[in-house]
This record gives sequence, C-alpha cells and structure tokens, in this order.
Amino acid sequence: MITVDVRKRLGSFSLDAVFAAPSAGVIAVFGRSGAGKTTVINLIAGILAPDSGRISVGDTVFDDTAARVSVPPERRRVGFVFQDSRLFPHLSVEGNLRFGLTRAPAADRPLGFGPVVDVLGVGHLLGRRPQTLSAGERQRIALGRALLAQPRLLLMDEPLAALDGPRKAEILPYIERLRDQFGLPIIYVSHSLDEVVRLADHLVVVSDGRVAACGPMGDILSRLDLQPLLGRFEAGAVVDCVVAAHDDRYRLSTLVFDGGQLRVPIVERPVGEAVRVRLRARDVALALSEPTDVSITNRLPGTVAGLAVRDGMFVDVAVRLGGTTIRALISQESQDRLGLRIGLPVWALVKTVALDNRSLGWLRRTGAV
Amino acid sequence: MPSHAEITAFTLSLEVAAAATLVSLPLAVAIAWLLARGTFWGRQALDAVVHAPLVLPPVVIGYLLLLTFGVRGPVGSWLDRVLGIRFVFTTAGAALAAGVMSFPLMVRAIRLSIDAVDGGLEWAARTLGASRADVFRSVTLPLMLPGIVSGAIVAFAASLGEFGATITFASNIEGETRTLPLAIYSAIQSPDGDRVALRLVLLSFALAVGALWLAEVADRRVRRMLGR
Repeated sequence: MITVDVRKRLGSFSLDAVFAAPSAGVIAVFGRSGAGKTTVINLIAGILAPDSGRISVGDTVFDDTAARVSVPPERRRVGFVFQDSRLFPHLSVEGNLRFGLTRAPAADRPLGFGPVVDVLGVGHLLGRRPQTLSAGERQRIALGRALLAQPRLLLMDEPLAALDGPRKAEILPYIERLRDQFGLPIIYVSHSLDEVVRLADHLVVVSDGRVAACGPMGDILSRLDLQPLLGRFEAGAVVDCVVAAHDDRYRLSTLVFDGGQLRVPIVERPVGEAVRVRLRARDVALALSEPTDVSITNRLPGTVAGLAVRDGMFVDVAVRLGGTTIRALISQESQDRLGLRIGLPVWALVKTVALDNRSLGWLRRTGAV
Repeated sequence: MPSHAEITAFTLSLEVAAAATLVSLPLAVAIAWLLARGTFWGRQALDAVVHAPLVLPPVVIGYLLLLTFGVRGPVGSWLDRVLGIRFVFTTAGAALAAGVMSFPLMVRAIRLSIDAVDGGLEWAARTLGASRADVFRSVTLPLMLPGIVSGAIVAFAASLGEFGATITFASNIEGETRTLPLAIYSAIQSPDGDRVALRLVLLSFALAVGALWLAEVADRRVRRMLGR
C-alpha cells in the first residue's frame, strides 16, 4: 500500500491530503491546475517535506513527523519523471541514462541498460546531446533515466503536458509498455482525463488541496457526485472490454463487455486482449425503444440507475447495462419529454465515430476484465 | 631587446597572477556558494567583507594586509613562527595582495553562475540517488563551469594590473614583488627610463593579448562541453 496522510503549507496554499492506494499498477492523481497534485508528488519524492503527517510505501516509511523520520530523496528509490524532462545538459544521452544506474546498489539492479533502451527505442540517440533532441525524445530519455535508477516506485508529474497532440500520442504507448513490462507501481499526475483513463487503475481526485475521492478507476468515474470535479465535458464512464472480432471490410472492431458489445473504429490489438473504452456522457444518447432506422450502430438496452441535474439545463443520467454503468448527458427538456425516472428501461445509443482512439486504452492481458 | 630585469618583471607578473588566481579559486567557489545558497546569520556581513576590496582604495587594503599579515601582525606572526611563511617583501605577499584585490570580481562571476543553475536539475539528481555532495560535484559544479572560467579570467587580468595594494603591502623589490605595473612605475621614476617603460608597456600588451586568447579558447571549450 501507498499511504499518504500529510499537511503542507506553501504561501497561501495549504494541502491536507489523505489517501491510500495499492502499490501496484498506475495510480493517477487527477485534478485541475493548482489543486495540489504536484505538491502531493513532490512530498512523496522528498523534494518537499511535510509540515506534519506520514508517508509510507509498502513497509518503508518515507516521512513521519511524529517519529522525526524523514528519508532524503536519494534514499527513497523513487524514479521521478518531470514535466520538463530535466535532462542534464552537460552529459550525453547515455550519460543521462546511466546517471541513476551507476548510483543504484550494484546488487539490486533488476532493470538492465539494454532492455530499457530497447523498450524506449532510444538506442540511436545514445551519443547525442539532450539539447539536440525533440521534446518527445527528451521525455523518453527522462523515462529511461528514471527507470534505470532502479526505483521501487515511479512518479510522473504531467509527463505529457509539455508535448503537443502528436507527441503525446507518441509517448503514451511507451508509458503503457513500461507499465506492462516492468511491473513497477506508478503514480501519475495529470489534469487530462484522457490520459488518466487510458493508463490508470486507481484514481485519486484532488481539489483545492484536499483529496475529494480515491478508489478504483471505474468506481470513481461512475460517481455522479464527482462530476463537478471531473468537468461536464469530461464526464463519462470507463468500460473494460475484450477484443472479440475485427471487421476488415469496414475497418471496425467488436468489443464485448459485461452488459453488451460495442462496434468501434479498428483497434490494432489481437482478439482476446483487454481494452478500455471511455464513453463520454455527451456522446451517449437515450431512447425509450430501439430505433432501427438510425445510423447509430451501438444500441444498448439498459435501465436508468440515477439522475443528476447539471448547470440547470443538463441532466446526467446513469444507465445500468448488465454489470456496467455508463452515463448519458441530455438536456432537461429531453428528460421531461421522455419522462425519465430511475428504474425505467431505456436504450443507450453511441455513435461508432465518437469512439476515436483518444477514448481507447490498452490494458495488460491479465487486466481487470 | 628587453633586459634581464624586464623579463623577470614579465615572468613574475605571470607567476603572481597565476598563483593569486589558482589559490583563491576554491575559496571563491565556496564563498560564492555560501552567498548564493546559504541561509545563515551574518551572510550580509560576509558579503560586505568580500566586496570591500572593490570599494576601498587599494592602498587601504594594502595597509590592512600589512597590519594583519605583517611580521608583527596577528596572522603574519603566527604564520612566520609556525610555518615559516613570510608575506612581506615576498612573491607570496604580492600574490596575496593581488588575490585579495581580485577576489570580489571572482566571487561575483561565480555567484552569478550559481544563480543560473536550474535547481530543478539538482532535485532531479537527488531523486536519481545522488547525495547533496554528489549533486554538487556531478551536476552543480559542471553547470557552474562557465562562471568559474570567467571568474578566473577576470581575476587573472585584474591581478596582472594590481598596483596599489601590492606596493603598500609587499613593497617594490626587483625579482620578488616588482611585477610589470610596479616595474613601469619604477622606470618612469628614474631619470632616463622612458625607453624601459615603453618596452615594459609592450610586454604588458603582449601578455594581455595572450591571456585574452587563452580565455577565449577556455570559454569555447566549456560551452561546447555544456552543449551551448
């Protein structure tokens, strides 16, 4: 377990963070800018010291102000990937990658130089200077450098925030690969729900210096009360699926989940692999009977499980499909017209084209499905 | 052709400036570090003391050195008794005077380079397993190198030109403390020293041009090392 129970004042900002998360998989610390996400991760790394409280990872105590324990950052064995890479300008790429490696105990170096360089695909960059790399390459080297320091926990502070769209898409698969291949717990700070949904298993929602919620990804995202924090247009549900079939003629794939199936633009993953889909609430429409004369392919029968008004004009509807709950954002007018109430059977409609690859993430084969 | 005495003044100047620069460099790095990063009581006072040679007349510094490091001074008498080192009328004394006078220039250049080091890189190094001392050696110091080089160059140049404190403290003794500026001064004082003074001025020029060229080379090397 990773347990955090700390207080920290920084000028006019005060953080009071309490949460516990399993030390496995990806734990996302999510919140808006200024919510205190970076403060949390800096406290875990030891870059900041808590005013009071306790931080522990597994059976190692990092900080405990009551017992006057404070492990310096260099002995915490946490790899840190910063938003701005922070590569050493006076060292070559290889010198950067080896910086932490040579400082790790010789008897405890499970991650070899070769394998990490291969996974990140940076072999051809080793002799270069950091200044000559693209932003995406720099961030890959930063990932490798943190990994090679042989950490027990990897911390990432908005590692994609400094990159533009295409570069983000270039780096995400590398993060997924190291999550799946090296089995290190990762704490991933982000204000982007897209990234978080694609990568994380566990979600810690931070707001105004407090932890608003903490739990498994699916549970948190389907909670209606957290929607103001997650944002109206970000609102949605996460559905864990398995690839069932590919249709090469129409370039579509069929995904099955506990509660139905989805046709989505072709997924470059083998049949049987776990895939996670984010259904944004604004992309889901509702009908009282199955409409067959519409272009919408995904028509899923279910029942209304919850209703919450948003901004005075929208209604956030939770719809239960078998063992899965998804969300639909409709206008209040539509709610009145359809007479929606809890328990009413409805059809959830999702356009195939609404599910672009920003809504799809890959899970390891032994995933949660 | 320059006479033997003129050549001696030339080599002595180099020797004094090199000694002053090399000996004060580690101390300047330490003081600059304390001034840039330290949070201790008396930092302002230290800052003032370090900068005193910049604002006080050189003669005053020379006199203060005489009071402290003279054979009867508190430090000077101890050094003489215990280690057998004398500063008055010696090349070491000339180097001490030059080092003290150029010290603030050196500290300022190095301090600026410390301020320019990105603290984020140092924290990154800590998370990669480097202790504070290790971070200083492997990250901070290399990144400070441009400032250290330019501090050394400025101090070396200032030491070559040091006059007031040297003549007050170490006196004007041929082969011991008579550096180029002092030799030029002596030549001007003598009835027909114009030709000698002129030759010494040319030597000064040669020294300055040579030193500037070396400085340029060093600076370029350091920048290439840092990839700038």
